[in-house]
Amino acid sequence: MPDLTLLIFLAFSGLILGACLVLAFSKNLVYSAFSLLGTFTGVAAFFALLGADFLAIAQLLVYIGGIMVLYLFAVLMTSGIADVKVTNRSIGLKFALPVAVILFGLLAKLIFSTEWFVVKELPEATPTTASIGNTLLTQYLLPFELASVLLLGVLVGAVSLGRREVKGD
Amino acid sequence: MISIQHYLLVSAAIFVLGLLTVATRRNALGILLGTELVLNAAALNMVIFGRYSNHMAEGSIYALFVIVLAAAEAAVALAVGLMIYRNFKTIDTVEVDDLKG
Repeated sequence: MPDLTLLIFLAFSGLILGACLVLAFSKNLVYSAFSLLGTFTGVAAFFALLGADFLAIAQLLVYIGGIMVLYLFAVLMTSGIADVKVTNRSIGLKFALPVAVILFGLLAKLIFSTEWFVVKELPEATPTTASIGNTLLTQYLLPFELASVLLLGVLVGAVSLGRREVKGD
Repeated sequence: MISIQHYLLVSAAIFVLGLLTVATRRNALGILLGTELVLNAAALNMVIFGRYSNHMAEGSIYALFVIVLAAAEAAVALAVGLMIYRNFKTIDTVEVDDLKG
């Protein structure tokens, strides 16, 4: 009987790769944007498989609930969507494709030839939320605060960029 | 049993396809979709290494910062994209070339 974890891994690998291929080669930008959904879901499932429970939920909430919707809004607000031939043209594919294949080959060779420093026996996956919170507010406090300042700046920047010009401003 | 190599291989595939999207797309929003793939592959790598070296909390935190930065990047880049569309009436990166000397 095949291992259930392996089946789940293979199923979500297929989902991720299929969605990525649609994203990279689809003629229609709307299909590309929607295929992002498949990739994000698959990566969230991978997080869960790797025992990162908090991160899997954060991926679902932030990526699918936030970023994904944002992209769909932007894609649908820039017109020319109706004409599928011109929305998502690719250029230089005959140069880029060999480069990408060679790069993937090199990465695969690297992955299988490197002696990875891994623990002998994988520990049982335990809930990570408490340890994330403790580490974030002790060892990684400065990056955490910097991230919140960055988010505030982004909020102000996005609003001031996206607003319409006020008459007589 | 799934080994670290299998996870890394999937992550590398996501990264390369994202890079390919960035390199070939003419639509600015298509390019941004590619960067999301690249960032997601990086976050996935962090979690994989954290899991297999028994530093789960650190791996998760780095991935969490990647997610925060991706959200920030998406918000600003899409605002810029909408402004480009409003001013140029196109989102084609080849036609937006006002800064070309």
